[in-house]
Amino acid sequence: MDNKVRDNLLVSSSPHIVTGVDTQKTMAAVLLALAPSFLVSIYVFGARVILLTLVCMAASMFFEWAWNRLMHKEQTVMDLSAALTGVLIAFNVPSNLPLWIAILGCFVAIVVVKQLYGGIGKNLVNPAITARVVLFISFATQMTTWPLPLTPSNADVTTGATPLGVLAEGGAELPSNMQCFLGVIGGSMGEVSAIALIIGGIFLIYKKIISPIIPACFIGTVFVFALVYYSIAGVPEVAGDMSVLGMAIFHIMAGGVMLGAFFMATDYVTSPLLPRGKVIFGIGCGLITMIIRLFGAYPEGVSFSILLMNIMTPLIDNYALKMEIKKQAKKGGAK
Amino acid sequence: MSQKHLNSVKTGHFKNTAGCATEIMPIPDVVKISMSQHIGAPCKPLVAKGDYVTVGQLIGDTDAFVSAPIHSSVSGTVTAIEEQRSASGGRDTLVVIETDKKQEPCADVKPPQAEDLAGFVKAIRESGLVGLGGASFPTHIKFNPKNLDEVKTLIVNAAECEPFITSDHRLMLEDAEDLIAGMELVMKYIGLDHGYIGIEENKPDAIAHLDQLIAEKGLADKMETFTLQARYPKGAERVLVYEITGKTMNAGVLPADLGIILSNVTTIAFVGKYFRTGMPLVEKRVTIDGDAVARPTNVIAPLGTMIGDIINFCGGYKEEPKKILMGGPMMGRAIYSDAMPLVKNNNAILAFSSKQAYIPEETACINCGRCHSVCPFNLIPTALADAYDAKDAQKLSDLRVMQCMECGSCSYICPARRPLAFINKLGKGVVKEAGIK
Repeated sequence: MDNKVRDNLLVSSSPHIVTGVDTQKTMAAVLLALAPSFLVSIYVFGARVILLTLVCMAASMFFEWAWNRLMHKEQTVMDLSAALTGVLIAFNVPSNLPLWIAILGCFVAIVVVKQLYGGIGKNLVNPAITARVVLFISFATQMTTWPLPLTPSNADVTTGATPLGVLAEGGAELPSNMQCFLGVIGGSMGEVSAIALIIGGIFLIYKKIISPIIPACFIGTVFVFALVYYSIAGVPEVAGDMSVLGMAIFHIMAGGVMLGAFFMATDYVTSPLLPRGKVIFGIGCGLITMIIRLFGAYPEGVSFSILLMNIMTPLIDNYALKMEIKKQAKKGGAK
Repeated sequence: MSQKHLNSVKTGHFKNTAGCATEIMPIPDVVKISMSQHIGAPCKPLVAKGDYVTVGQLIGDTDAFVSAPIHSSVSGTVTAIEEQRSASGGRDTLVVIETDKKQEPCADVKPPQAEDLAGFVKAIRESGLVGLGGASFPTHIKFNPKNLDEVKTLIVNAAECEPFITSDHRLMLEDAEDLIAGMELVMKYIGLDHGYIGIEENKPDAIAHLDQLIAEKGLADKMETFTLQARYPKGAERVLVYEITGKTMNAGVLPADLGIILSNVTTIAFVGKYFRTGMPLVEKRVTIDGDAVARPTNVIAPLGTMIGDIINFCGGYKEEPKKILMGGPMMGRAIYSDAMPLVKNNNAILAFSSKQAYIPEETACINCGRCHSVCPFNLIPTALADAYDAKDAQKLSDLRVMQCMECGSCSYICPARRPLAFINKLGKGVVKEAGIK
């Protein structure tokens, strides 16, 4: 105890405490939510999954670190956003993709899409989705050579069409909805298991990391669109004796809908802020996905739909903000 | 009654001192009594150097409408009238009194008698009472609403939603009789039908104690406790009114406009005590906490006691303080020196070492929208910050920046550590300057 006066105290504006959840912890939570799908992918596609994921994560973090270093910017690699982008790139490509192509994708995502636009928080479109689209167009063969699940009968990885590929082009038997639900199907590395992605998504919603609005509107739109379409057009021959309802369930579980709806479309930076905007965004993603799947040249449309809606986001945000101002003005009148 | 809740945030409670019975601090050697302990015009000192003063003696007053008189908290000799920079940046006049530790009461101190509302309001003014929850608005003005016939409800704010602070909690356990008596007096003179005591659910002992007392006194038809969620900021005036009555209260609207008298629990308890003893407002119960304090506890100290002296009574500093707050960590004010006096609206003094007092480093907004999701009034802090960056007064006004009460929930929740509440404060300045209504 002393009687010394302390007169050089720190003065700052309130509040003087903050939550422990910062950007790094937020990104870490999303990484954790991807873990169930990661484990299923290892089971389905083998050890290459681990290698591909680690390489993408390391490459993305390296590009982020190197860019900040070269540009004399504050180092942001530890906020884990680049790590998350890397993991999402790995999840969005076939597990047998040559590593150099995957690394090129990481370069596109981190340097071209993210850093050239100003780094975290400033990018217009989702880096991982854009990288996938760039690779898909540039390396059409490698990006559509889908490994099939490891099963006792084919111990060596063989390749074949994805469920959506079968639906669009035929040539094989459509897998059952249970196979899609569990994930023993062909497809991008991390998108195959609907149940694993749903578990991760529910974790993020429970932890209030993401709002359920975008996933609900996205998945709901795909489901309703498929119901209506197959009611009118009838169930195609390749689907065998699947019902219309079965086809709608098939559409939400096959391809990238679950991964896209829970983990890609909910990217804060490139999706609308206000609930009203999120509804428009989610429905838009669902509509574009189904239009491409059913009427487009490609069997799958999730990444194109999210990319297009990313570009729409500033417009949607602007509209939602104006509606919010109008609503509040009508409600209270007070400013 | 409303089952709807406004948005809020779950902060850590840190009610470390909830079990610490209030200790009476011995009279210090010197007190410095501020002439500006209320919103409104500062008082002028009525004493001069060399005067002998007694406990409860009027030593500062003014004719201004919005103000409250100041009384001596000790007996002793005035040694100086000095100036000091106040915590808010202005100048403060302080009456410095060297105490004789005899605590001679002033001859004027006797329980007031009030015939009617006018007499009651006059007595309240003479007591020097101001809003003790933090706003320090002179209570006699609040108790004299223009639309007297329409005002029917009393709401006592006992939410105490700020982390760390437990002084109101201790008051409800230790001085509940005064609180109930104060409520009866206020309801009788203003003519109110019903009283609510809004308490957060994390103080079940206080709720049970008050429920029991109300039942024992047969007042159950006139007053009741109202349990609130233990979330921040349930104790903000406009939030509390909504939670209890379901009425939306915009900025600039008074509770009286909605038929409500709303006062802090310590303010109402003082009314009961004042009509029992006649002693004006000369001492205050404060929570002393923070990781730099050796022995966190609750203390009753004379107004004007130096913050440093109170902390020394609590075992002194355990670690070198980096930041000292008057009030809670969400809305409290950081003071530059511990040689500042205790004032009426202090309810806590928190001293943080450099570990707890870090200034968060701001990073880029990631557009997560959490700031919007916690705002009690559904403001959009990210959009407000953009409008402030553009100095767009019209946009700031359209986005209702003037509705912001600076509760700090947005800054608290922001993962990028942006000072959003502070930006709103600056944004209000832009709107005021532009003269937009």
